[in-house]
Amino acid sequence: MTIIDPTDAVPAPRPGDAEKTGPLLEVRDLHVEFKTREGVVRAVNGVNYSVNSGETLAVLGESGSGKSVTAQAIMGILDMPPASIPKGEIRFYGQDMLKMSAEERRKLRGARIAMIFQDALSSLNPVLSVGFQLGEMFRVHQGLSRKEAKAKAIELMDRVKIPAAAARVNDYPHQFSGGMRQRIMIAMALALEPDLIIADEPTTALDVTVQAQVMDLLAELQREYRMGLILITHDLGVVADVADKIAVMYAGRIVETAPVHELYKRPAHPYTRGLLDSIPRLDQKGRELYAIKGLPPNLLKVPSGCAFNPRCEKAQDICRTERPLLVPVTERDGTELPGRASACHFWKETIHG
Amino acid sequence: MGRYVVRRLLQVIPVVIGVTFIIFCLVFALPGDPIQALAGEKRADPNIAAILRDHYHLNEPLYQQYWHYISGVFTGDLGETYNGRAISDIVSQRFPVTLKLGLTSFAVEAVIGILAGILSALKKGKFLDNVVLVATLVLISIPVFVLGSVLQLELGVNLKLTPVAGIEKGWPQSYILPAIVLASTSMAYIARLVRSSLTESIRADYVRTAIAKGLPRRRVIGLHAMRNSLIPVVTFLGFDLGALMGGAIITERVFNMPGIGQQLAQSVYLRERPVVVGLVTLLVLIYLAANLLVDLMYAVLDPRIRYE
Repeated sequence: MTIIDPTDAVPAPRPGDAEKTGPLLEVRDLHVEFKTREGVVRAVNGVNYSVNSGETLAVLGESGSGKSVTAQAIMGILDMPPASIPKGEIRFYGQDMLKMSAEERRKLRGARIAMIFQDALSSLNPVLSVGFQLGEMFRVHQGLSRKEAKAKAIELMDRVKIPAAAARVNDYPHQFSGGMRQRIMIAMALALEPDLIIADEPTTALDVTVQAQVMDLLAELQREYRMGLILITHDLGVVADVADKIAVMYAGRIVETAPVHELYKRPAHPYTRGLLDSIPRLDQKGRELYAIKGLPPNLLKVPSGCAFNPRCEKAQDICRTERPLLVPVTERDGTELPGRASACHFWKETIHG
Repeated sequence: MGRYVVRRLLQVIPVVIGVTFIIFCLVFALPGDPIQALAGEKRADPNIAAILRDHYHLNEPLYQQYWHYISGVFTGDLGETYNGRAISDIVSQRFPVTLKLGLTSFAVEAVIGILAGILSALKKGKFLDNVVLVATLVLISIPVFVLGSVLQLELGVNLKLTPVAGIEKGWPQSYILPAIVLASTSMAYIARLVRSSLTESIRADYVRTAIAKGLPRRRVIGLHAMRNSLIPVVTFLGFDLGALMGGAIITERVFNMPGIGQQLAQSVYLRERPVVVGLVTLLVLIYLAANLLVDLMYAVLDPRIRYE
């Protein structure tokens, strides 16, 4: 019999640890639809990805590419209806969460899978003190008393480096700066030391210097607790520093996956290449910035064939008729490139040519 | 906060002076002679009338009459009626009726209104929501005297469930029906207000956060969404409390309840200047107090509002 010291830094063993084989989270062929007055919006069309403990997966894509919807489906916070999940599996330690009861899923939320939202000001309750909102995690999931929860909240605020935590625990969200508020969001997600954190554009609402601080903090805490992290972003700069692997999404599908540095070096999909080319670069100062022409597709009427074809410079007839599958990408001589795949008919030309 | 309250209380003084003066002028401008009104149909005895006019300063100019009145108010004397009855007497007799009616009505509208609003918001678009929407529309459209008379007839006369009128049965029997009638319109407004503000806050980002934290639904709605939705509702309730305390002329008339409202209507009719001014002053004070209460509640409910 082991006595578990609550102050011990090592997370206490939890039920389900026995099944800790295979990936922490695995999304298989996930489909999400929204029923609207204009018709059915297919926001996610067969997404596959997986995350292991201690690993960071960056999900990249424009607005409306389905990256946030996938995350909300994993969290189980989609409004159903109008949303529905007609097909797919979301396996957490091998167990399909879509088959769990609402109550089972609620107990996982916050405790084992947590989420960090984009705009901390609107995502924190304006009329409750931050200490209360942090402490709530312990009170609801662990049944701690108000006082114990407050002590834990102060501890958490220290953990995410909020100065004078004890003095500020009773302050309200509007009394904090943007960076501090996002730290509180992170602290809240971290509270119960979850196995997986989903960060939905955690730095988009912050200015650049604060962005770096917040990302560093998040990466540091993730390493320390060996959590899996899904980082949803459209900022390629943020991704390069912290992610292990990248999944690029377009119109509800994954169009390319790759280990982070390989993607930057040799993209295997014209869309990824377009994204990389549209990063402002110092050596191209004074020249016009590249932009992918056109707009993301209307999800009510996704173009036939490859969804990217109307905006693609390399599009051929086949791109308009046949939808490319996500296929493994190999070297010119056929050697496998582990973790790499592309959904382009012309991936060979894109990566090697 | 303390300084804010003191400042607000000091603001009451000019408001009271201004309001009483306006009311005084308005009552003064009413046609008809109050002393003649005392005598009814007969011609008043000129000698007695002259004595009374002198006693009540009726021959003096308006500003002097007002001065006599307001200096009395600040020494705690609300004056007396033209037949010598102290106004404080009338108030202490009438006010309990209004207070009981008003508070009962307030409880009815707050409890039923908020509950109906929550149900409606949670079942948006469903049957129950439509029931609430139609019911509130009906309540808002029916004038109080119609609703009062119909309920009086059905529940009081035909079914004999409640007393028809008067206050002989005391609280709560005699008060419950008038309270419901008096509450009906505000109740409907509150139900709609809660419905719309809760619908809005249920969709807010912080509610999504609360769900993502794994909180039970009861806590998500009851605490995270409701705390925000209640802010406009409390404002409305506060102002309404002030209005209810002022008596309800129509409801009190329909149910023949001797409250402030009925007295006020009667005194206007009899040109009882000191009574009208005295009661209105009292109502103004109550209203100002309710206003202050609402503002203070604001700061409690919404930490973004702070008073210095």
